[in-house]
Amino acid sequence: MASSRRGLPEINAGSMADIAFLLLIFFLVTTTMDVDTGIARKLPPMPEEELQEEDPQIHAKNIYVVLINTNNQLLVEGELMDISQLRDGAKEFIDNNGRDANSSENPEKAIISLQNDRGTEYMTYIRVQNELAAAYNELRNKAAFNKFGERYANLNKTQKKEIRKMYPQKISEAEPKNIGGDS
Amino acid sequence: MSKFRKGGKKGMPAISTASLPDIVFMLLFFFMVTTVMRETTLFVDVLTPKATEIKKMEKKSLVSYIYIGSPVKRMQASYGSAARIQLNDAFAEVSEIQEFIATEREARDEKEIPYMTTSIKADETVRMGIITDVKQELRKANALKINYSTRKGDY
Repeated sequence: MASSRRGLPEINAGSMADIAFLLLIFFLVTTTMDVDTGIARKLPPMPEEELQEEDPQIHAKNIYVVLINTNNQLLVEGELMDISQLRDGAKEFIDNNGRDANSSENPEKAIISLQNDRGTEYMTYIRVQNELAAAYNELRNKAAFNKFGERYANLNKTQKKEIRKMYPQKISEAEPKNIGGDS
Repeated sequence: MSKFRKGGKKGMPAISTASLPDIVFMLLFFFMVTTVMRETTLFVDVLTPKATEIKKMEKKSLVSYIYIGSPVKRMQASYGSAARIQLNDAFAEVSEIQEFIATEREARDEKEIPYMTTSIKADETVRMGIITDVKQELRKANALKINYSTRKGDY
């Protein structure tokens, strides 16, 4: 009995904490906690070889034309506009529902056409994308409140689908053109 | 009386540190699991533009990154300061993007391919010309799901 107790001396586990701390600090330092965020978009597939004519069923009044030039200026529906007004402008256009004869018939038919120059700054482009996305999000939120009494983000899948059907986000980007010269 | 005085000599018993390794290991495992190793060294300066209508990117393993920006200071001597594209660990030309997407696809499971996203991490001062070129190449490669990487922030 006594001999078995003497046999192997117990391994000192006191330094285990030190080793674990060392590893812990290594992982603490290498960890990057930042979550990647961004604006998700879907590119249109490449057009077929023979260029098709624009769908004639889309009336010109259902298209909201946004042009950005080399100097980061906006031309919206033929008029100079500041980016800060774009959100309200787009909302008004999408949610027109035929009130104004020269604006969209209903949100389902409304299309936003975005065209930029090769010299446009990326920051401006993202701001415009952001404003347009915000216009749609605000309209969807409003519709979600009216219908379900909840924010759009809190709805379940089928409810979201319904709202999305009411306000489909149609942002079309024209085939690239070089208007104002490269910089 | 003596019954109580007996303990007075001993004072406070030492706090057992036997469970310290367990606690530390617990933290260690947490960080090991949540850690994402920085896999690429950036050769270009990227400060993504600010936006408010942002979404979190899901499934990081299915995201391939394209960095666009002007080369970092120490690279400017040999590469100049014009905006360039970086794929993986090297500068690349626009024409190499299709190949890059193809290799990214090969590395993934076949049924995951439709969910793959390409994240464009471009500096806010970059001109749209280079980005349009990249987008055209992505369309040719049929990698249609893209994500403009942005920071959270208002103007």
